Order: sequence, then C-alpha cells, then structure tokens
Amino acid sequence: MSEPPAPTAPDLVCPAGSLRALQAAVDAGADAVYLGLKDATNARNFAGLNFDDAQVREGVAYAHSRGAQVLMALNTYADARDDTPWRRAVDRAAALGTDALIVADSAVMAHCRDHHPQLRLHLSVQASATSHAAIEFYRQRYGIQRAVLPRVLTLQQVGQVIRHTQVDIEVFGFGSLCVMVEGRCALSSYVTGQAPNGAGVCSPASAVRWQEGPDGVEARLGGVLIDRYGPDEPRGYPTLCKGRFEVGGTRDYAIEEPTSLNTLALLPELMRLGVKAIKIEGRQRSAAYVQQVTTVWRQAIDQAAAQPGRYAVRPDWTAMLARHAEGQQHTLGAYDRPWR
Amino acid sequence: MKSPRLQLNVGPVLYHWPRQDLLGFYAAVADSPADRVTLGETVCARRRELRLDDWLALGRELAAAGKQVVLAAQTLVETEADLRLIERQGEQHDFAVEAGDASALQLLAGRVPLVLGPHLNLYSRAALAEHADLGATRWVAAVELPLDAVALINPVADPVRSPRGEAIETEVWAFGRLPLAFSARCFTARHHHLPKDDCGFRCLADPDGLLLSSTEAEPFLVLNGTQTQSARVHSLLADAAALRAAGVHSLRLSPCAQGFEAVLADFEAVFNQDQPALGRAEAWAALGVPAPLANGYAHRLAGMAWAGR
Repeated sequence: MSEPPAPTAPDLVCPAGSLRALQAAVDAGADAVYLGLKDATNARNFAGLNFDDAQVREGVAYAHSRGAQVLMALNTYADARDDTPWRRAVDRAAALGTDALIVADSAVMAHCRDHHPQLRLHLSVQASATSHAAIEFYRQRYGIQRAVLPRVLTLQQVGQVIRHTQVDIEVFGFGSLCVMVEGRCALSSYVTGQAPNGAGVCSPASAVRWQEGPDGVEARLGGVLIDRYGPDEPRGYPTLCKGRFEVGGTRDYAIEEPTSLNTLALLPELMRLGVKAIKIEGRQRSAAYVQQVTTVWRQAIDQAAAQPGRYAVRPDWTAMLARHAEGQQHTLGAYDRPWR
Repeated sequence: MKSPRLQLNVGPVLYHWPRQDLLGFYAAVADSPADRVTLGETVCARRRELRLDDWLALGRELAAAGKQVVLAAQTLVETEADLRLIERQGEQHDFAVEAGDASALQLLAGRVPLVLGPHLNLYSRAALAEHADLGATRWVAAVELPLDAVALINPVADPVRSPRGEAIETEVWAFGRLPLAFSARCFTARHHHLPKDDCGFRCLADPDGLLLSSTEAEPFLVLNGTQTQSARVHSLLADAAALRAAGVHSLRLSPCAQGFEAVLADFEAVFNQDQPALGRAEAWAALGVPAPLANGYAHRLAGMAWAGR
C-alpha cells in the first residue's frame, strides 16, 4: 500500500523568555518564536523575563537571518486607567520588524487595524475564541489571520473549527496545562488581586508564602492554604487551580492535578485535521528547556510530514519531554478527554 | 435632586435547579421589586430542566408582570449544537439577548438588541467603544473590574454611544457568588468520579454549588459544574455611593437558593428608597443566604477581600 500524500508540516512555534532562549529555539529548528515586552502587556509578565526594544531588534535580526519568524505576544487587556503601554507596544512591534502580533483585546486590535493595517494579527488563546463563529467575528472586524485555540477543545471540535473557518488554526502541543478557558479565569485575581487578563500573571510569586507547620510544609497564596506537603511528598509551585482542597469530606486535587500537556502522539491527527501551527508553552522556562523541547518537536514534525503512515513517538522523545513535564506526568489534555 | 432609580436585574440562575424550583423562583421574582430579569441556562448545555421554548414562555409571563426580560446566551460555546441554540435565540423578536462570548456577537449582531455580558472581556473604554455598533444597549462589567475603572470606561458625563447616538448603560455585579472561571471539564462530575457525558446530573443536589474548602477548612471556592465560583458572596449593598459615582445604571443580583427575596427587598430599600444599609446583610445568613461576604473587586483589592468602612 502506498503512503497517503504527505500533509503540510505545521509551523513549530516556540517560546522565548530571553534572547538566549530565542537563539536556542531558532538553532533547534523553530519556524517561529514568540516573545513579549518587559511589562504587563503580555501574559507572562514575570520578573527577569522578556525583552526590551534592543533585545527585540537583536532577536528579530537573529531569527530572520536564519529563516525564522518572530511573533510578539501582546495578549493582555489594556488598562482602563491608561492604555498607552498597549498602544505603544503595537507601535514598537511594527517599528521593530516583528512578523505578527498575538492579540486578545479588541481595543488593541482596533489600534492595529486603524494605525498599522499591514501588521499580521494572530488571535491569542487569551481571547477565548472557542468556535468558528467567534473567530469569524475577529476576522471580519480586525482581519486576524491565525487563531490560537484554547486548550479545552477536543480533537473533533478542533476539526470542526478548521472546517468552518478560513483563518489558520494554531493549537498547543506541549507545556503547562490550563484546565480553565484561557482569558476567562479570574481565580488568581480573586485571591491576589492580580490575574492574567489585566496583569499578565497567574498565582504571582509575590503572593506566595512557604511555611513550615506542624502538619507539613504549607504553600499559601494570598493567605489561602493551597497545598500542604508531607515530608516525602514532592512540592510544586502553588498555582491555585493545582492545589489540594476538600470537597464533600474528601481531600484531593479537586480542580486539576499538576500535569503537562503532551500531544506528540496526536501529531499526525492534528496535521490531518489541517492544523497550521503548533505552539510550545513556556516563555517562563529556561533556554535549555526551549532547546530540548524544540529539538524533539522539530524531529517529530519532520518525521510526521515525511512519512505520516509510519510515524511513531520515539522513546527518546518521550524521555526528553518527561524531564520537563510539570508533576512528571503527561496528558493529552482535552484533545482526548478521558473524563468525557 | 432625587437620584434616578437604580435598576435591579435578576441575573440568570447559574445553578442546576429542578424545573419546579425554577418556576417557583420566577413566580416570586414576578412579584418582587426587580426591574429586569435575565433568563436562560448559561453554564452547561446538558442542563435542560427548561428548554428555550420554556424560557420564552416564562419571559412573556415576566414581561406581562412588568419586568424587562433579556435572554442569556451560553458562556462557553464549543459545539455546533451550542451555536444552533444561539441562532434560535436570535430568531425570536420579543427579547434582547445577553452575549456570553464572541460567537453570540457574531451570530446575533443586527438581528436582536444585545446586552454585552460580563464575560466578554471589556476592560477599557476603547474596548467598549469597539462593541458599540453591534446593537448593544447595555454592558455588564467584568466581575474583576474595580468601580474606578467602570467609571473611566463609561463615564456618566461622556458615555459610550451607539452609532445612533444612544448612550450605553452600565451594569455591575452587585450580589452573589462570583463566576470566576470556566472549563470544558465538569468539576462536579469529576468529584463524583463520573464522566461528563454520563454525569447523572449530580449538580441538581447543589442548589448553591458544591463547596470547596482549603485543607484548613476555609471555604474557598464553589464548584458549579463547568463553572468555578467564589465561595464568598460578593455584595455591594454597602457601596451605594460608590456605585452611583461610577455611573452605574443597573445592579446584577445573582440568584441564590434561599433568602433571595429578602436580598432583592434590601437592595430596593437601600438603592431606591434611601434606607440605610446597616444591619441588613447581617440578617441574610439566618435566611440561608451563603456567607461570608466580599466586595474587594469593587475597590481594586483581591476579590475575596472585604473593604469595610
């Protein structure tokens, strides 16, 4: 039997929290890297992370000279008191030669449309567009050319969206997992006053307190006990949806266990559905993470594109990705709902 | 000068109540001081104690009782069936529809009058202005938004206007557990070790949601199927002056299973009859209204905080 025609390889879109990570991603075979500025205009607004203008310029030059693209995440919501940082970030992205903006706020999109119509726009996952009708709303009004789907849709739903839209679809392939719809979660601001939509942070480190208590080590966020660890239990960062809580007399991970998304096994299916880009999460992670995860995914995409019928996840890929998985566990996330 | 009436809007019932309980609740609302009622199942497409035709019939009854009725669209739209339901909400001509996401904006703009719902992520004046040409008469501020931001987004003196010049009204979440997050996953089913598609509708047993507490027994969140709410009840009963200063026209009171009539009566007394707020909220717990209270979001604090006087 002959192989079916090879599907087009999706773009591999990799995270860059620093110039070193950007270079690592490009060297390891990323088709595009995404980055953010050093302020609240992007959803990874962490100390020590992200780019100033000179670094963006250097990163763009590095990527472009090696055939890779640079996307700028401008995916928080402009502040009612002062939207200047968001409007200026658009102007800076245009001036610095980035290839596309990843946007969530209609106010930001309107500024792009009205002042920089040549800028390519990608709809951020933070815009929470979960249907082709929602994507069409942003395409008609702002001309978005790609949409990143929230991590809550099944494969079948991803396929449904792709069949009904002319916008390119990007999905998450690997990284930390949000169980809530991105852009629609205020849990962090409820506890700390700061959340992804406005501040670009979730469960911020400034609100975390570790305490040694009589019953173990306690991790608190904004004063709320998110988890308590026995002497032999591995400790995780107290992201509030990943804590252990009590419901109906049972203490457990009541919302989400600390796991990572890994869709390597689904790659041929994602390609068959017509996914145009695969995103690796983790601008907050190290350059070594970016280098290793990009390497694995480059090999996987190349193999799936060359010989889709013979594609198989290689054990060394799984082993490498497992080293970087949160909670040392991998799941296919919502794409394959074991809980459905 | 007498201040204008602050409209009281009974928000959609966010929990899964049996049909008879829903009908009983709305019979009481018909006789209440509420000006507006927003109707529909916004959380889970599997909950069908009332179908669209039932909601429409209920809406006509409430309209006959003098209430302004709005249909609410689902918040998380995932399937073709979800989209078809929104389409059908656009095929009726009796009521405006409150958009829960951009799908509803896309499918309904120009077909029915719209209310911009609280989960559309309108965080600045420019964002609200971007939605002014969709046929919207009112916007409901995101629950996270402080009142100072609400005042900047749609100021009384210079409101955002539709292309026809009509000022868009502002509604603020003034009472009830806060819807904080949405997921495709059902946390109630997960708690009962049941698959979502065969959940047995266990959420029917939780008329105010399923309480989630910290390991040291602090009530923290409430699981309501695919929606996660605050355990604390957001209440702006004591914030009348700040609400009026922010240019708010309408207060959203989100239903709870018990004591809601008293809550409505108290908001009416404080906001529209110049009665003092003091002591009123303290009486709610004895009526079965969930507690404790919070108002942090309104004051640019963590949402679970209480900004006292």
